[in-house]
Amino acid sequence: MTELFGVPIQALMGQLLLGLVNGSFYAILSLGLAIIFGLLNVVNFAHGAFYMLGAFLAWMGLSYFGLNYWVMLALAPLLVGLFGMVVERLLLRRLYGLDTSYSLLLTFGLTLLVEGMFRSIYGVSGQTFDMPDQLRGATNLGFMIMPNSRAWVVLASLVVCAATWYVIERTRLGSLLRAGTENAALTSAFGVNVPLMVTLTYGFGVALAAFAGVLAAPVVQLSPLMGQHLIITVFAVVVIGGMGSILGSILSGLMLGVVEGFTRVFYAEASSTVVFVIMAIVLLVRPSGLFGRER
Amino acid sequence: MKRINIRAALAVALGSLGLAAGTVHAQKISDDVIRIGLIDDMSGLYADVGGARGVEAIKMAIADAKGQLFGKKIELVVADHQNKADIGASKAREWFDQGGVDMLLGGSNSAVSLAMSKVAAEKHKPFIAIGAASARLTNEDCTPYTVHYAYDTVALGKGTGGALVDAGGKTWYFLTADYAFGASLQNDTSAVIAARGGQVLGSVKHPLNASDFSSFLLQAQASKAQILGLANAGGDTINSIKAANEFGVTKTMKLAGLLMFISDVHSLGLDLTQGMYLTTGFYWDLNEETRAWAKRFFEATHREPTMVQAAYYSATRTFLAAVEAAKTDDADAVMAQMKKAHIHDFFTKDGVIRADGRMVHDMYLMQVKSKAESKYPWDYYKVVKTIPGDQAFTPLAESKCSLVKK
Repeated sequence: MTELFGVPIQALMGQLLLGLVNGSFYAILSLGLAIIFGLLNVVNFAHGAFYMLGAFLAWMGLSYFGLNYWVMLALAPLLVGLFGMVVERLLLRRLYGLDTSYSLLLTFGLTLLVEGMFRSIYGVSGQTFDMPDQLRGATNLGFMIMPNSRAWVVLASLVVCAATWYVIERTRLGSLLRAGTENAALTSAFGVNVPLMVTLTYGFGVALAAFAGVLAAPVVQLSPLMGQHLIITVFAVVVIGGMGSILGSILSGLMLGVVEGFTRVFYAEASSTVVFVIMAIVLLVRPSGLFGRER
Repeated sequence: MKRINIRAALAVALGSLGLAAGTVHAQKISDDVIRIGLIDDMSGLYADVGGARGVEAIKMAIADAKGQLFGKKIELVVADHQNKADIGASKAREWFDQGGVDMLLGGSNSAVSLAMSKVAAEKHKPFIAIGAASARLTNEDCTPYTVHYAYDTVALGKGTGGALVDAGGKTWYFLTADYAFGASLQNDTSAVIAARGGQVLGSVKHPLNASDFSSFLLQAQASKAQILGLANAGGDTINSIKAANEFGVTKTMKLAGLLMFISDVHSLGLDLTQGMYLTTGFYWDLNEETRAWAKRFFEATHREPTMVQAAYYSATRTFLAAVEAAKTDDADAVMAQMKKAHIHDFFTKDGVIRADGRMVHDMYLMQVKSKAESKYPWDYYKVVKTIPGDQAFTPLAESKCSLVKK
């Protein structure tokens, strides 16, 4: 068996694939963040809380109403998106035009509120969420066993990311959105309802986070703390990709998932810090991120 | 007449002075309050092990002690260490220096408890470590003021580790939380494995609070060991077990949850945990007395208690009994009383605190029931065997504590 740096090639391929799984997760989360920052100039620290809300709504749907995973995959993002729109109209709207630190603080406070509330009701150990039958089982790829649930996460994330990128970059609706952020006054002069567009955009970004949450529900511990662990890494991913760049966040999410995977093989203790080391290097060399534009 | 009156008056005066002096000696409580401090993980991955419900258990203990001793109130203060050793240590220091805290209870996280034990030793105040696991608290890092109450990594290694090796699990691979607790647990369990003829094929360290275990599990599978030892706890254990089931690790390896609490089993469900062995010092459904206390706990918190929550109650009562026996809350007198005490309550029938601070009591090797065997809510464990205290913990003669006279 051939080896690379003392690790068998087969094991490395397995880690590469796992890295892609995690990376697609980071991609869909950082996409939502990048959209919100790119189009609204809001640093949405509450992204982790919305992710957790999506997962918890999926669990509530299953436990209280008997609605299965697939129904909640469509319903939870919708509900969380609506909630996000309410947040935007009532709270965030007042902070536009001010320094981005204000929106960061507001959304951070929101995170503490939401997570604290869920923690006091449900505790931190997490809820049981049974794997949906269609996702049970695993496929033997030869060099590793890939659970079907993880393969589904990759597929769903990449499809949604690709669709979102296409809408924003290639359709008229997307061009309206981009125009609205570059020059709101001019765009509204054309008869476009810019505030409504902004609200809908925030709702959509947040719905992406909730979608990731539902994807994660059968796979990870469904605890009120689940967003906390991810949000910092996802922020680093967005910074590396470039704060406003849609494609940048998707690509750097995937790339960093793979880098993390390899670090886990060679020096596992560093796996939680390697993303930040890369972020520091990128900020030093190219402050606007790998794919970002100068602001 | 006058002379008798003066003599009588003098006698009464001297008598009452003597009485007053006697009273002052009899109840020397600092600040006229007995203050107990709890520093625990109240909001992080270990919050269900002790946490806010653990606080309820301590309050129950104070209430059962009538809320006062010698006419002085018993108070409780609580803080969250957020799994950071510096926060725990500085809070402990602040409480001892300015807060008038007379005894510190330590919650989960061995690194934080090790730091707090040093502060307590420096300030000459009793520190009862309950949630933390590392056996270092009564070995290399022992102090005259530390008591390690409920369990430790040695007992876990001997219990679960020993049982699995004896049952045929000769080759092991460890998935270890990368801090003091994980390292202790891996070391102590490896010692047991080696002593019983087993072999450790390898290990991987994961960061505390890791969100994804898939790549570590892949490495574990590649080792081809029979047993996967999970040297982690709380949320990390829950995520490890979930991922291990997903990736089919459980088809080729047996999982050893070296530290598992009933809150973990409740969260994972019996489908994922059935058949797993675990070692614990307390189970709510063990006998009539544990059930009676657990019933009160359930009414207050709507959950059955973990070993740590039950130990919070027992340790508080033990401390208060020691204060009562010593007639003061002075640390040295209280510590001397605690090391003389025979602890007999629902938590243990025959607990003793040794010179190295270790509270020795019986431990239980449990196996998680299957769904079919579980007849009512929280009916999760069956007792496989009782491990007598002198076999469960490090023998005093082998203790690395400098306080133990060899």
